[in-house]
Amino acid sequence: MASLKELKGRITSVKSTQKITKAKQMVAAAKLRKAQARAEAARPYAERLTAVMASLASKVGGDNAPKLLAGTGSDQRHLLVIVNTDKGLCGGLNANIVRAASQKARKLIAEGKDVELYLVGRKGRAPLKRNFPERIGNQFDTSQVREPGFEEAEQIASEVIGMFEDGRFDVAHLVYPIFKSALAQDPTVQQIVPVPAPETAVSDDAGAVVEYEPGEEEILEELLPRYVKTQIFGALLEIAASEQGASMTAMDNATRNAGDLIQKLTIQYNRSRQAAITTELVEIIAGAEAL
Amino acid sequence: MALHFELVTPAKLVRSEDVHMVVVPGSEGEFGVLEGHSPFMSTIRDGALQVFKTAGGAPETIMIQGGFAEVGDAGLTVLAEHVEG
Repeated sequence: MASLKELKGRITSVKSTQKITKAKQMVAAAKLRKAQARAEAARPYAERLTAVMASLASKVGGDNAPKLLAGTGSDQRHLLVIVNTDKGLCGGLNANIVRAASQKARKLIAEGKDVELYLVGRKGRAPLKRNFPERIGNQFDTSQVREPGFEEAEQIASEVIGMFEDGRFDVAHLVYPIFKSALAQDPTVQQIVPVPAPETAVSDDAGAVVEYEPGEEEILEELLPRYVKTQIFGALLEIAASEQGASMTAMDNATRNAGDLIQKLTIQYNRSRQAAITTELVEIIAGAEAL
Repeated sequence: MALHFELVTPAKLVRSEDVHMVVVPGSEGEFGVLEGHSPFMSTIRDGALQVFKTAGGAPETIMIQGGFAEVGDAGLTVLAEHVEG
């Protein structure tokens, strides 16, 4: 059995761990609120852009469609853009993303396609490198900025679109978690290039003739990269919210576990203390009786 | 009698208000939008967006970068990537 001093030391150390996890939990809760607000604020732009895209894409079809919409005509080479977090302490979030990405990659490889990975965020690099050592392409570092924003999304998007225009891949997928709640973040795989034709909602101004300046195709051509950017920006916002949510839950669990452990250790400590006292008493009594 | 004007960036909804007229720096020249403008869509170049709250009033200038403007039944919507001021 551990000595009293050792037990006391362990209790102190678990207590200080609990303080840290508790602090991290509260920080995550505060940051989560902010991240959610940011995700909410980004929604109007994405919605309007999608609406405009839908109405334009239905008008410009067939052979005139830009490459970003129509694709290259083959689907041999795939690019997976995988968005991970930069920091740990967020439970199984990154593991889940990596699992979803690996699944998708394996499926594509099994179908005989070429797969390249484009990694965003620091976590997840190591396991993906282990799983697919030859397929890691570019990496984008978001660890230098505090909150990945639209500028980062712009950089990632322009790099991806540049690779597409150079003919490095045919189809690109974005792998990121969708933030549902602090408890659930679902990793999803979404195609971003070629841009999936949005469902053509029957627009209310179907009768009105819309004038385009310069022309429909030119506008669409300008719109598509923006759409990709917005998608990536959305993914960055989702990962930010997911990270904080997952972190909050993980730290809540850690705090509770630490509490349980402290309780157990305290009981053990008290028992040993009492055992020691009893032994001492027995010794004294035995000594007195011997006299 | 007012034009509903919305200015949206990826980060947030910057403006949503009723104004008299907005002058937008379109890629093929500036154009002013009043209430009841016919449906119209244009890309925009980097420049100043002028918002006239009232007829004859001094305009408020907002610098915008990259994006496009859409005029529909609901009014004018400007989607810009960056907004200053």
